[in-house]
Amino acid sequence: MPETTAVAEDRDESQITGKSIRLEGVTKRYPGQSTPAVDGVTLEIPAGQVVMLVGPSGCGKTTTLKMINRLIEPTEGRIVLGDEDVTAIDGDQLRRRIGYVIQAGGLFPHMTVAQNIAIVPKMLGWDAQRIADRTTELLDLVSLDPDTYRDRYPKELSGGQQQRVGVARALAADPPVLLMDEPFGAVDPITRQRLQDELIRIQQELRKTIVIVTHDFDEAVKLGDWIVVFREGAQIVQYDTPERILAEPADEFVESFIGSGAGIKQLALQRVRDVDLKEAITARPGDDAAEVLAKVEKAGHGHVVVLDERDRPLSWPSRRALSRMATIPAEADERTPVIGSGATLNDALDEMLVSNAGAALVTGRRGAFAGVITIEEVMDAIRAVRASASDDLADAPVGTNAGSDDGTGDEVAQDG
Amino acid sequence: MLWPSDARVAHGDIAETRPNETDRYATDGVSTRMWEFVGDRFDEIAFASVQHLSLVAQSLVIATVLGVGIAALVYRNGTASSLANGVTAIGLTIPSFALIGLMVAPLGFGVAPAVVVVVFYAMLPVLRNAVVGLAGVDRALVESARGIGMSRFRTFWQVELPIAWPVILSGVRISGQMVMGVAAVAAYVLGPGLGGFIFQGLSRMGGAGATESIVTAVVGVILLALVLDLALVALGRLTTPKGIRA
Repeated sequence: MPETTAVAEDRDESQITGKSIRLEGVTKRYPGQSTPAVDGVTLEIPAGQVVMLVGPSGCGKTTTLKMINRLIEPTEGRIVLGDEDVTAIDGDQLRRRIGYVIQAGGLFPHMTVAQNIAIVPKMLGWDAQRIADRTTELLDLVSLDPDTYRDRYPKELSGGQQQRVGVARALAADPPVLLMDEPFGAVDPITRQRLQDELIRIQQELRKTIVIVTHDFDEAVKLGDWIVVFREGAQIVQYDTPERILAEPADEFVESFIGSGAGIKQLALQRVRDVDLKEAITARPGDDAAEVLAKVEKAGHGHVVVLDERDRPLSWPSRRALSRMATIPAEADERTPVIGSGATLNDALDEMLVSNAGAALVTGRRGAFAGVITIEEVMDAIRAVRASASDDLADAPVGTNAGSDDGTGDEVAQDG
Repeated sequence: MLWPSDARVAHGDIAETRPNETDRYATDGVSTRMWEFVGDRFDEIAFASVQHLSLVAQSLVIATVLGVGIAALVYRNGTASSLANGVTAIGLTIPSFALIGLMVAPLGFGVAPAVVVVVFYAMLPVLRNAVVGLAGVDRALVESARGIGMSRFRTFWQVELPIAWPVILSGVRISGQMVMGVAAVAAYVLGPGLGGFIFQGLSRMGGAGATESIVTAVVGVILLALVLDLALVALGRLTTPKGIRA
């Protein structure tokens, strides 16, 4: 499986394909319940951004998410997608324009991977060739080899692979908005981290508007451009960037939700691509080892990065290892510390700690080598984050419970 | 009310005649007489068998459509599901003879009452399994289907039904076995099938070929049931998507 990828230069060039979402005074009351499950939520979700909805279980975050695509119909309020009021349009039509991913992917077990991905395009009346091309493109996007996985059934895939296909299916018709309900809740921690990195990388390419529900604050910090912290009754406690929530939690509730180690968590705020990477001497399998060694010595480097034909790192031999070689070997070295440029500094630091080099190789788009990151870069980046966290944000989106008609909404919900 | 007394009379006959017959055909053996009986009436038996299988197969198709249709209406509602299961349990206890007798008044004799009764019994296991199968489909999958914009109907047709299909089909197989026997009573209302041989045999109990007639029908029904079950297994292989095959 290729490492997570993304290229720093890409960020500004890529166009935002997402649309903004605006919830206006959205309320959900269930019959027979005195307090609304969601109480007058007004929330702006900026186009092309990742917004995380976090809060304790039963706080209404999932209900809020499901009201965006009207899987749950709001009792009151308006939902605006882009500049279109979608509160009253046909729900099925609306949902075909919004990607939706649930825990474990929600793949249909009786359909192959390709059939699962083809569902929405088929409903939209695409022709077979276009669907087939799109399926190939999407499997590539989520780092699954199309020829290997196209005709497999979900039960023949691992949990992480199922989740990837779930994302591919949600993106099939290129929707501007992607909703994810606890998407990585059902996979092991290592797979979860990999999927998170993958999502960051995909978002780097696509720039969709993504809303993710999670109860894992660390995940929210890692993935979110913005975080909405909810308490019971979908009361918005704080809507801010991860940096500011960590640096200045609105109240004790948020503080307790962040948990301990806010300082360490800030490491997860910075991505490898935001750091200036060091260059490295590269070589190809089959190159003459002595020549390569000479180049490395001339540059004053300790190691050489061996790349395959697609520029993906294979190994990272030291000068000493080079001196023992005749030609550069083609074998991939499992122990090579490799990190995607979308990964957080936290992950990068972790990778470095287990490698002997005190540094890690960074890969960009499609796993291609982008540069080297060292401990010094990580330290510099942390200092920069601390300094900028207290800056005020002029363009912060709105998120309140002010849309509720009755002014007593807040107290009522907090009692419940 | 007529039939049981007839049967008793027939029983009396057996007691008197059996020793004679045994003496007479002692060397021939039962199998020889069976083969003669079948050989003499081969066309008749073949025709009745085809009719029998046809009655059962067609009724099974109708029953499956009805059973799945009713299940589709009730499976999302706990009360309605319980009601359907109750009807299934009670329905299976109704004697088929009584039911077909009751059908004569509104429907007359012939194919119509036979089909109604066979469909009724065939529907019950299908209904029960369809309710169980549909209710057993992971709710997350349904939500996932709705979440990507599949309509209620499309979700049922493309997601819930295919996933519940193996369970429904096992209900159809149970039905097939069961109504193969039930269909024999169709002959009572002059309907089609192998039941005719049973009634002929019963009415002439003790007479020449009576036992052979009944045995022929019983063996025929068993063979047809096997053929049908094999056909349903094959159908299952063909219609169950590979991804959910056990």
